[in-house]
Parts: sequence; structure tokens; C-alpha cells
Amino acid sequence: MSIPSNLRYAESHEWARKEPDNTLTIGITDHAQNALGDIVFIELPAVERIVKVGEEVAVIESVKAASDIYAPVAGEIIAVNTAIVDAPDTLNADPYNAWLFKIKPTNLDDIDALLDATGYAKAIDA
Amino acid sequence: MGADALRAGGPFSFAPERSMAKQTPLYAAHLAAGAKMVDFAGWDMPIHYGSQLDEHKQVRRDAGMFDVSHMLAIDVSGAGAQAYLQHVLANDVAKLTEPGKALYSCLLNHDGGVIDDLIVYAFAHDDYRLVVNAGTADSDLAWLRRQASRLHGGNVTLTARRDLAIIAVQGPNAQAKVWAALPGSEAAAAPLQYFQAARFGDLMICATGYTGEAGYELIVPAGRAVEIWQALAAQGVAPIGLGARDTLRLEAGMNLYGQDMDDGVSPLESGLAWTVDFAGERDFIGRAALEAKPAMRALVGLLLEDRGVLRAHMPVFTEHGEGETTSGSFAPSLNASIAFARVPIGVATGDTVEVEIRGKRLKARVTQTAFVRRGKILVTPLISHP
Repeated sequence: MSIPSNLRYAESHEWARKEPDNTLTIGITDHAQNALGDIVFIELPAVERIVKVGEEVAVIESVKAASDIYAPVAGEIIAVNTAIVDAPDTLNADPYNAWLFKIKPTNLDDIDALLDATGYAKAIDA
Repeated sequence: MGADALRAGGPFSFAPERSMAKQTPLYAAHLAAGAKMVDFAGWDMPIHYGSQLDEHKQVRRDAGMFDVSHMLAIDVSGAGAQAYLQHVLANDVAKLTEPGKALYSCLLNHDGGVIDDLIVYAFAHDDYRLVVNAGTADSDLAWLRRQASRLHGGNVTLTARRDLAIIAVQGPNAQAKVWAALPGSEAAAAPLQYFQAARFGDLMICATGYTGEAGYELIVPAGRAVEIWQALAAQGVAPIGLGARDTLRLEAGMNLYGQDMDDGVSPLESGLAWTVDFAGERDFIGRAALEAKPAMRALVGLLLEDRGVLRAHMPVFTEHGEGETTSGSFAPSLNASIAFARVPIGVATGDTVEVEIRGKRLKARVTQTAFVRRGKILVTPLISHP
């Protein structure tokens, strides 16, 4: 299972990538897409929505089940990846490129509370 | 994602205590084929071998095989077998006038609730075989034995056949591939009509299935299951998990026990009136209760006309009152979401209803429950997923 070392992770299986402009790009991990199976529907949040950490912001439906996606940090949704709504299977094929939304953190230090690759590998092994 | 997200919903869940679950004779073959195993009714079963969607499509366009050895065959024999089955089954085995003929029936309790659904095969008037669901197998057997000793003591023998395995081979090319995998079987199997079975050596070849496609269910000695599975694989029959089995049966309009009917619901409110035979005065268990209680609800199909995925237990709002979905999924053959729903009598095919998904009401069209049969799409979506 791929866990890139340049990303940070939430225990609820989202990945977060810090961009040069200090925003975070969010997606779901390889482990998550594998466990969910074939993904067929994605519901994304509204741009400009203000979210709290741990708030449900998106929904991913696989053939098997619906899963909530949580905001890994508090902040404002500044962009969503509308392209994946029309190609939800790219989340299975390429989970670390098929991002869901971008968030501008209220507090940039919040990213330090997320797991690194080693920590996430341990979390999913438990 | 939610903590439970990786544990799945519906009838499937990842087995937390793998060692407790029962295994079929094909367990090692599933692991070798890369299966993801889940707990299903106490059995460690393959949910998919990589992609549930690909497996679904494989069955619709070619041929796939399912290990359904967790289901139980129960042999019913003895001079009183026919009278006994006429008493315990809601459908009438007297219709089985030729050896090998089969019938779909409910097993009802005294309140008219569905204890299980099953297929009964007749070999002779004193020799039948039932195939029942895995989750209800033990309770079915206890119930059947109780009825046998209560009213038919000495005349009926029930034998649970845990020494058998069952492999379903389904798809437009399934029959030809079975004939090729089992040399000599074509002569026995080719003449079979739907719901007819034949013995072939120590196998039973049944022209039945749970996908809406052509094919067979092979009831085989457990010791031969691996050899037959491999012979089918050599003919290009791909293994298919329980995940695709569920979407295939849903598209085909076939009920799943425990979801679309159960012991608290009448078969007449579960789309199963066609399986309850009220002809004549036959005294079958549940008859009096069904006759005393007219159906107030009906099981219908729903096709979601907005984007989203229908699941079981979503509220349905109609002009005639509220109902509830009993099964729902993304339908790979339609590229849209479908469901079965139990709704008030009066709701008609073509009506538009609303289904509540995560607090939002989405539009759905009322349809027949069969969406796909023999690869043909019977209900066309207006909008579809990408």
C-alpha cells in the first residue's frame, strides 16, 4: 500500500499536501480507496464554506457503501476538484493525484497535528 | 472517512475474528486468486477479487463463477416427503411433475412471515432437495425438523448435506463453458429448461441462478469442488465475489433474504405473491395468516433520477404515504442507482417519488423490480453516472 512520505495524514484516511501558497490539498489514501472498492459517486463541498476540524465535508460512495470525508484541519474550502465528479474511478486508479478539495487553514500550525507517513502506516497496521 | 467506513455496510463486513468464521472447500482457491475475504453469515467469503464492477460486467458479457457453498442443501426423503413439503412450503411442490423440476418458494411461519426463501428440486415424489440461505440454514433446519416430527413423524427424513459444495456459473457463455469444463456434461445439461436440474455422475447440474443471466448452479461433492473450480477457470470462467453477486441480483429483480423480506413481513408485501400458491384447500403453514391480512404495501423498483446512490433503509415519500428502500446500490449495467422499496399500495410504475439521502430529497422513478435480464436493459435511466 503506497504512503508517500511528502504528505501528511489523518487517522480517518485523508491525505493532505501543503502547497507553496500555504493551502492544503486533500484527498483519500491508497489504503482507503482499496478498502472502499470501486468508487462511483462523489459529493464535494461548496467553495467558500468554512469548516471545523473533523467536520463532514464530502461524501464518497463506492458500489459497497457511503463514506464521509472529514476536514483534516479547520479553514475555508477554496477549491474543489469538479473533474473527479465525472470520473470517480480515478480515485481508485490514482488516489494521490485525484484530489478532492483545497482548504486554506485557519491556523497553519494545525498541519503539525496530522500524522506523517510513518505514523499513518502504524495507524492502519493497528 | 468515518471510523466505520472501512468496515462496510449492508450484509458485508470485514471479519474481525477471521478464525471464528467457517470456510468453504474453495477457501484456499479464493486466496490464491487474490480475493478480499469478508464475513458473510459466519462464513469467510470473497467479496471481490480486485474490482466488483469488472466482475459484474464479466458476468453480464461472458461468464463468471461464484462459490456459494455456504448455502445449505437439505435432502427431504421418505413416503411422506411430498405431503410434508406441501405443508411447510408456500409454493406447491405438486407442480413438480417431472424428475429434475425445481420451484422457488418461501418457508413461512404461522404469522405468514418469511423464515427463508429457497429452491426445491424434485427427483421423485419421495425424494427432494432444498437449497437454503447460509444465514438461516441452522434455524431453517431446526424449524423443518420440528414440523417433520410434529405432523409427519416417521414418514420424512431430513439430511443436511454439508458434504456438498455449490458453484454457480453464470453469464451468456456460462453453459458452453460448463460443458467444456465437464466433458460429457452437455448431453445431460443442454436440454435443461430454466428451473430444471439433472444428475451428471456425482454432480447435480441445475439451470438456476441469481444473476438474471443464463447458466447453471453445480451442486458437487465437497472433495471435487477445487478440481471443478479449476476446470472452469481453465475455460476462462472468472471468479466473482459476493459484491457483484449482490448488484447482479438487484439488477435482475431478485430478492435478498434479510433485506427485501424477513420473518416479520408478508411475502405478499415482498413482491413474492407469485410464489404463494393459494389454489385449492392446501393447508400450508402461514396460509391462514396471509388470508386474514390483505397486503397494504408492495415491493417496487426505484431508479434514481438524480445523482447519488440509493441504499437500504432510506425513507421514500409518495403520494400514497411513506415507504422505505429495502436494498439499493449503484447498478453497473445502467450506470445509475437503483433500489427496491416497500411502498403503500397505490404507488404505480412510472410515478415519481422522493428518496431521502443524507437529509436531501432526491427524485426517483417507480419501476418494475427487474432492471436487467439476459444482458438486456429493461429500464432505461434518464440521467446516468459518468
